[in-house]
Amino acid sequence: MKISTSIGATLAAATLACTFPAAAQTVKIGLISSYSGPGAAQGDQIDKGVKLYMKLNADKLPPGVKVELITRDDTGANGDVAKRVAQELIVRDKVQILTGVVWTPNMAAIAPLTAEAKVPFISANAAGAKVVGMSPYVARLSFTLCQSAYPLGQWASKKYKRAYTAVSDFAPGHEAEGCFIRGFKEGGGEVIGSVRIPLANPDFVPFMQRIKDAKPDALFAFNPAGKQATAMMKAYGDLGMDKANIKYLGTGDITTDEELQGMGDAALGVITVHHYSAAAERPANKAFVAAYKKEYGADLNPGFMVVGAWDAMDAIYTAIRVQGGKIDPDKTMEIIKQYKNANSPRGPVSVDPETRDVINPEYLREVRKVGGKLANVELETITNAIKDPLKEFEKKK
Amino acid sequence: MKHPVGYGADARLRWTEWLPWVVAVAVFFLLPEYLSLGARVLTYILFALSLDLVLGYAGIVTLGHAAFFGTGAYVAGILAAKLGVTDPVIQLLASAAAAALLGLATGAVILRTHGLAQLMLTLAVAAVCLEIANKATALTGGADGLSGVSVAAIFGQFKFDMYGRTAYLWCLLLVFTGWWLVRRVIYSPFGATLTGIRENSVRMHSIGAPVYQRLLTVYTLSAAMAGTAGALLTQTNQFVGLNVLGFEPSGEILVMLILGGVGRLYGAFVGPLLFLIAQDYLARQFPEYWYFGIGLILVLVVLFARGGILGISDAIIARMGRKS
Repeated sequence: MKISTSIGATLAAATLACTFPAAAQTVKIGLISSYSGPGAAQGDQIDKGVKLYMKLNADKLPPGVKVELITRDDTGANGDVAKRVAQELIVRDKVQILTGVVWTPNMAAIAPLTAEAKVPFISANAAGAKVVGMSPYVARLSFTLCQSAYPLGQWASKKYKRAYTAVSDFAPGHEAEGCFIRGFKEGGGEVIGSVRIPLANPDFVPFMQRIKDAKPDALFAFNPAGKQATAMMKAYGDLGMDKANIKYLGTGDITTDEELQGMGDAALGVITVHHYSAAAERPANKAFVAAYKKEYGADLNPGFMVVGAWDAMDAIYTAIRVQGGKIDPDKTMEIIKQYKNANSPRGPVSVDPETRDVINPEYLREVRKVGGKLANVELETITNAIKDPLKEFEKKK
Repeated sequence: MKHPVGYGADARLRWTEWLPWVVAVAVFFLLPEYLSLGARVLTYILFALSLDLVLGYAGIVTLGHAAFFGTGAYVAGILAAKLGVTDPVIQLLASAAAAALLGLATGAVILRTHGLAQLMLTLAVAAVCLEIANKATALTGGADGLSGVSVAAIFGQFKFDMYGRTAYLWCLLLVFTGWWLVRRVIYSPFGATLTGIRENSVRMHSIGAPVYQRLLTVYTLSAAMAGTAGALLTQTNQFVGLNVLGFEPSGEILVMLILGGVGRLYGAFVGPLLFLIAQDYLARQFPEYWYFGIGLILVLVVLFARGGILGISDAIIARMGRKS
């Protein structure tokens, strides 16, 4: 058995050695996203962001260097499928950099693999706080839940006394809940109840009815961006909670730009804190939205996942450019740790070299009608650069 | 349905029965990049074998076999991630035992019913297991999945590697054991009573066969095998997600078995092999639309190949025999 293992190892090494010289000028990027299942709408956003970036920024590559994108489907929040797909991308397709992933559980499953294979993974979405720390080869250019939930809690505590929280029952939901409550309580608010809603196939009405009966001043919500957020917003409207003076608050996940039009007028007046809105007035964003509409249709708005994918690709292209197309995993990570872009569609974005996690701007937004269509209108800039508050709390301990 | 093997048939190994194993070993040397896919195929072959035992031989229709597969996966995962038991052999034995217990307990109820009621009960058992795993977040990680599963080297010698070499051989060893066991069962008098129960349970009662006990025994045995397959999935993936207990694996394994051919030993080999290779190929060629391809294959098999792939090959061989 030992002999056979070593022969197998030699064979594998031989195939690796054969393919490497040819790959030197073609950088292979593996994109893992959800193309089927209930998360397909979100996966589509990441796919569009990556492809739009590649189409418009071919000139940012060094001469003679090409990028080959290999996409795979992780079928939704399925860690084992995501891990298998990542393994196949690394072992069989020999990708040098990985990106994508809508779901935090999927990233948690992939992270140990990136450490073993030394393949950098740049997250374009998955926002659970801990996953970046799971491997030195993981960095994130999307956001963390706490970055928006904590400042929202602080802001809300000045306006509302009693709040109720309702989040999806998985790690990002727990983080959003914890950070909002922390911010809200620090400002003197009282949380009268918290509920966690199952991640798979939830029915929101009974939960919302219970919240309505508790009569809070404000409801803080988090669902994974997409259809679930729309369903919860509809339950909020159908039960007349807006008329019962329960203010709907949340991270930007509950009013994503691509879903907003389907939510109807119940969404009017909803307050969120987030790093990106398609309605933002920054010139970089206007150009970005225009390019997106030109490519995919005038009725479509890019959501924050498109921007996450866009910025992740910008970081990857930066690493390719600096290294002249020859990707070394450790150098790549060093470059990405220093990544800064003052002109992202979301505003200034950078990576914290210490944690490899994203440093985001955060905006307070309200859903309003702009030209007859619902939009997340940015009211004020809460901060231009916030590190993940969860990691800051842990440092203080 | 014609069944070429069974009690009374010649139980000696034919030379063709060695062929799959020769091919499996050859794959290890010739296709090193495909070993992780190979390990997955082998895991599902073991799972399909366990289903074939209850569905194909004993005629117990189940849509909840993932309950045992998932239980096995979670027991191995919880042992490794929460209790610090990293020895793969102990994990496998514990998973098999836990799944067997669950099989015995639920089988005692399910096997008293027939037909649709039985089908619904198997579904219900799997759904209950799924919900328990979803709620017991301290143990299972809930919807986040169970990560941090560490598996020690097998017998202290062979470490699980990224290329799936160890995983492949480990799965191969267990599939071989499972195959040998199932083969022994179906050629035994016990196997003959199972087939009898499937074909006419009233008559088996009237000749004095202990129908219920036989069914319960085979159901428990099958659950233990499915649990072992689940543990293999955990060990090769080093991650357990909620979907191992979902409806999907129950349905998929049924589909694979039907594709290969129900109630025949090698149907459980052919089905997963073809299904997973087709899935792998389609998912790479058409990452956006690959489910369409899978659906199309299934429609074609159900329309034109009721006996599965092996049924087609039987028909072809029979026709050629008639001509000559």
